[in-house]
Parts: sequence; structure tokens; C-alpha cells
Amino acid sequence: MKVHEYQAKALLAQYGIPIPKGKMSCSPAEAREIASQIGSRVVIKAQVYAGGRGKAGGIKIVNDPTEAEEAAGKLIGTRLVTHQTGPEGVPVSKVLVEEASDVERELYLSILVDGISRLPVMIVSDAGGIEIEEVAQSAPEKISKSYIDPAIGFQPFQGRKLAYGMKLDGGQIGEATRLMTSLYRLFMDKDCSLAEINPLVVTPGGKLLAVDAKLNFDDNALYRHKDIEELQDKEQEEPLEIQARDWGINNYVKMDGDIGCMVNGAGLAMAVNDLIQYCGGKAANFLDIGTLNNTERVVNSFKMFVADPRIKAVLVNIFGGMARVDVIAKGIVEAYQQMHIPFPVVIRLAGTNLEAGQRILADSGIGFTLAKDFYDSARKVVEAARGARK
Amino acid sequence: MSILVDESTRLLVQGITGSEGSFHTQRCMEYGTKVVAGVTPGKGGSKHLGVPVFNTVEKAMAETGANASLMFVPPAFAADGIFEASAADIPLIVCITEGIPVLDMVRVHRYLKGKSTRLVGPNCPGIMSPGKCKAGIMVGEIHLPGSVGVVSRSGTLTYDVVSQLTSLGIGQSTCIGIGGDALAGSTFVDILTLFQADEDTRAVVLIGEIGGTMEQEAAEFISRHVTKPVVTFVAGSTAPPGRRMGHAGAIITGSAGTASEKIKALSQAGATVAPNPAEIGLTVRKVLESL
Repeated sequence: MKVHEYQAKALLAQYGIPIPKGKMSCSPAEAREIASQIGSRVVIKAQVYAGGRGKAGGIKIVNDPTEAEEAAGKLIGTRLVTHQTGPEGVPVSKVLVEEASDVERELYLSILVDGISRLPVMIVSDAGGIEIEEVAQSAPEKISKSYIDPAIGFQPFQGRKLAYGMKLDGGQIGEATRLMTSLYRLFMDKDCSLAEINPLVVTPGGKLLAVDAKLNFDDNALYRHKDIEELQDKEQEEPLEIQARDWGINNYVKMDGDIGCMVNGAGLAMAVNDLIQYCGGKAANFLDIGTLNNTERVVNSFKMFVADPRIKAVLVNIFGGMARVDVIAKGIVEAYQQMHIPFPVVIRLAGTNLEAGQRILADSGIGFTLAKDFYDSARKVVEAARGARK
Repeated sequence: MSILVDESTRLLVQGITGSEGSFHTQRCMEYGTKVVAGVTPGKGGSKHLGVPVFNTVEKAMAETGANASLMFVPPAFAADGIFEASAADIPLIVCITEGIPVLDMVRVHRYLKGKSTRLVGPNCPGIMSPGKCKAGIMVGEIHLPGSVGVVSRSGTLTYDVVSQLTSLGIGQSTCIGIGGDALAGSTFVDILTLFQADEDTRAVVLIGEIGGTMEQEAAEFISRHVTKPVVTFVAGSTAPPGRRMGHAGAIITGSAGTASEKIKALSQAGATVAPNPAEIGLTVRKVLESL
């Protein structure tokens, strides 16, 4: 789960990490008010979940409250298109109004869990302000890492090593070590999947300041962090995906094709989308229906497809293991009874309780297209979608 | 022969009395797996599905000689369950549970270092040695004893691959789901090591997916240490970057996580790449015929 920059910074501040003076605002007038309270040059930053805001015009430096109001007015209520969003962009409803920081140097600092060592790793670089992937490509020698043993936590020697890696000296070493220790505590306390400060600014006075911050949280751990879960801004997410979640379908991702897919299991669901493309079609979504004990989620998946005007045909591919094929079949028949289904539906069933499932479909008298195997199902749905497009 | 589980496996089920635990324990027993004990704190001394239930793993092992654990413990308590089984020195834990927080697994992996316990999973379908032992939630009937080893990050896609193999008359030595999480207890390299050493495994099918770099590590290992043919497929070539595709580990971050990079690495290491997920069985047949 993601949160906005202003929320991430509030959490950093709670852990004693220095951040610029500033406040979130929802209106231009309020932005003006905040700017005059700060009383110096300020930065107006669009609060969106996507990165690449600077290049997309989502960050403005202004000289006075009047300019602040004007800049905020140009951002609030618009949609920001960055290289990380689709062409439709993401809505801007809030801006962060912040004191413009004097910058001597820009550094990079992050923590994430490394998949190979299976340990949290602290990554720093003295080339801050640009994406770390770019630094890794162009100047890997500027990056220093330290793996953290969760049994003893982040140690001062690691802080010193990394601080020297960022070319800090004197009193900054202790200050940086304290900052890193705090960030590690935040990372572990709140079940972060990423904690990133970029840039971490060295001011002309030699102080450290977290000028931009990003925190991502582990979805699987949200059950023990209600305070974090409440920060979620649904407006930043795809409406179809929010709808899916409200209907109990947790693994739905919108894609850009016109074939609706309902599959059990994430790997198979990805493979179904791959196979559809191999056969010349394009999936409108990724949908892993998970393990079912009732028919409701099947009916809701069909509601999703009916609500999505892009859909030309639907493929149901279920290999029953934990999920029972007869429950899925019953759900499909119920969906037909509850709503008008305006597109062709291709069904491939295999696995647990297959015969019972097949019988339910056959007895319903509804004209589904049945597929004999995985390959056949993809070919048939691509063909059906092609027919429906004409 | 087979790897990790066989006729000598004496299975203990952690979370045996829950609905999933009950359902799948019954299926495992029907397949012929020796389920010797269940563990549910507070229900020790009772019997469930005819199996004696204990309060602790330690007691269950001492009284029944259990040598492997199949875990259905809910995500919030799963790490504790793994700690418990490992502290009792059980040789193998197969963790089915989906949705365990990543930082819980960081602590688990730290604890397992230097211990004798091997962990498979979490968020996986388990291990199947056809005709010998089913320690997992996979459909038993689709398997056929034979000499192809299957290792995969996916559950249901693996069922499809196995049924492709079986319908072509190609049997399996052992099928292992290593799970869809970012941190897997056993990696592709761990399992490839075992398949390479297993004299009854002639070829290996490796099913990867987007996210992480486990497939690249497997490629590196294959080029150096695996002499048996490897057939592979990597799911998620159509997945958009930055989106989590169901599995916690299936998310493209940076270029290394893409399907095309993984396929390239595996292909360069000498693995045969199936053209699409529906032709993995046919690709295996071709490779076996050329041996």
C-alpha cells in the first residue's frame, strides 16, 4: 500500500527525522495561508501516488503567498500525467506547501527487503535527487549497502560505514547514523516494504533534511496497522479495481485489452493473459478469484465484466484444487439468472469436482462455449472477441 | 526415487482441526500419505479424522516419529508455527499459508539459519511424489509416477502443467510448489540441487514468474551445475510493471523482474523455453525424445 508524501513525512517526523516546515492543503486559499505562515520561498508539490512528478510539472517553486495560491490553483482539481501513470493520469486534490530548502548536496537513502539475502538492506548513495536505478546503471560505485540482521537491529558501525559512503564527515556521521537508525525502526515497526528518502539534503549549514520521502507498506501486514490502513487514498486508484475490492475480489488488475478473464490462482491467471496474447488477443484484466466457499465472488466477477464497456468476450479458466469446480459452475449459472450477459463466454474447467461442475453447466441450458483444454480456451475466446468486435 | 517426500514420510499437520486443514488432511490420507499427528494448541489428547492431536509439535514428534510438517496455520500465527516446528528440529516444513507479512518471514529465515529444518513455501501448494506421498493441496489424480521433476512458483499453473505431462504419458518424480511470496523458504536453486542429485529424475520443468531474481539465480546454477535437461516457462510477460499480480512476489520492479529478462537468462543457460504455457508438456516430450 502506498501513502502520500505528506503522510510519509509525518511518520518520519514522529520518528525524529528532520523534515522541512510545511503543511498539506486542499485549496489555493489555504495554500496561500500556509505560505504566508512559512514566510519564505515555498515549494508547491502535487500529492499523487505516482513518481516522476517533477518532470511532469507537479512541483513548483514560488516566491510569495500570491504565487503559492496561483500555483496551487493550477494543480488542484487537475490530473497529473507522469511516466508512471497511464495517459489518463492521476487526480490531484491535495498539495504539500513546504519551505524551499537550501541545498548543498543531495543524497539518497532507502530500506527494503532483499530477496536474495532475505534481510532488510539499507542502501545509500551520494548521488541523490535522481532515481536509484539510474545511479545503479551509470555510477554503481556511488552506491553503498548494508544488510541488517533483524536479531540485533541496525548497528552504529553500519551507520558509520554508510555515512562515509555518502561522503559525510565530522558531526554529520553521528547525525546520519541516528537518522538511519530511526528510519530502520520505522521500517520494522510499521511493516514497510519500502522506506525511501530521496533526496536527503545536506543544507549549507551542514544539517540533514528529508526533502522527499516515500513509504510503501506490506499489504499482508495491514491487519496489525489500522492507523496506516486508514491513510489510503482511494481516489488515487483505478475505479474498476476499487469496485472489485468492494465486491470481495482482491486480486484484480485492469489491463488494456477487451477480453475479460476469470481464473483461479495468480500464476495461472498471468499465464492465461500471456496465452491470450500469444493467440492474438488482449486481456482486459488480471483476475485471480482465489479459493471459493460460495458463489458470490463468481457472480460479482460477472458484474465487473458487465460494468466494463470494453469487454467483448469473457474467458473462465478454472483448475480446481482448493477451489471447487462445481461451486464456480453454480456461480456462473447464477450470474446468468441475475443479469443480462451481453458477450460470449468461453469456459474451461478442470480439477476438483469436475463432473459435478460440467453437469451444472449442461443442465442450465445456457449457450456457453466449452473448451476442452487450456490452449483451446484461449483460441476460442480470442475468436469470440474478434467476432464480437465486428 | 523422488525428493523431499516419499513412502518414509511421516506427516504431522499443524492446524489440522481448521476447515482447510481438515479438508486437505483427509485428501492427503486418501492419497496414501501417512498422516501420523495433528497439532492444535488446546486440543491435545483428542483425535481428529482418526489422527491423534497434540498441543505442541515437540510432543507430537516425540510420540509419533513425525518427520515432516504440513502447515495450515493462519497468517498472523504462521511465523510462530514455523519457529515451533523448527525448534523441535523437524527436518521439513511445508507451509501452505498465504498472506504472511514479509517481515515475519525475515525473522523466520534468520532463525532457520544454521538449523536443520528445510522450509518449503509459504503460499505454496506443497510437495507431491506421485504414488508415494502427497504433502500439499494439489489434486492427486492428475499426477503420474515417472521421471520428470517439476518446480514452480505457481499453484494452479503447475496443476495445468502436470496434467499436460500426464495426458502425454509423461510421469513425474516429484512436483514442488515453492510459493508465490517474495521470500521463499526453498528457492529454485535449492530444488534444482536435489533434482540434479536424484537418479530417478531425468529432466526438470521449471515454472517461473515475474518479480525478483530467483530465475536468474536458477539460470546461473543451471549453466554451472545442472546436466539434466531443463524445460522452462516464465508467466507474466503481459503483466504491467509496478503492479502486484496476485502473488506478493509477482511484481516487476526494475528490468530484472520482467519475464523477458528471466527467459533470456534461462535460455542462455541452456534451458529449453516453451513457446506458451499450453505447450509446456509438448516441449518436455520433444526434449525427452531427443535424449
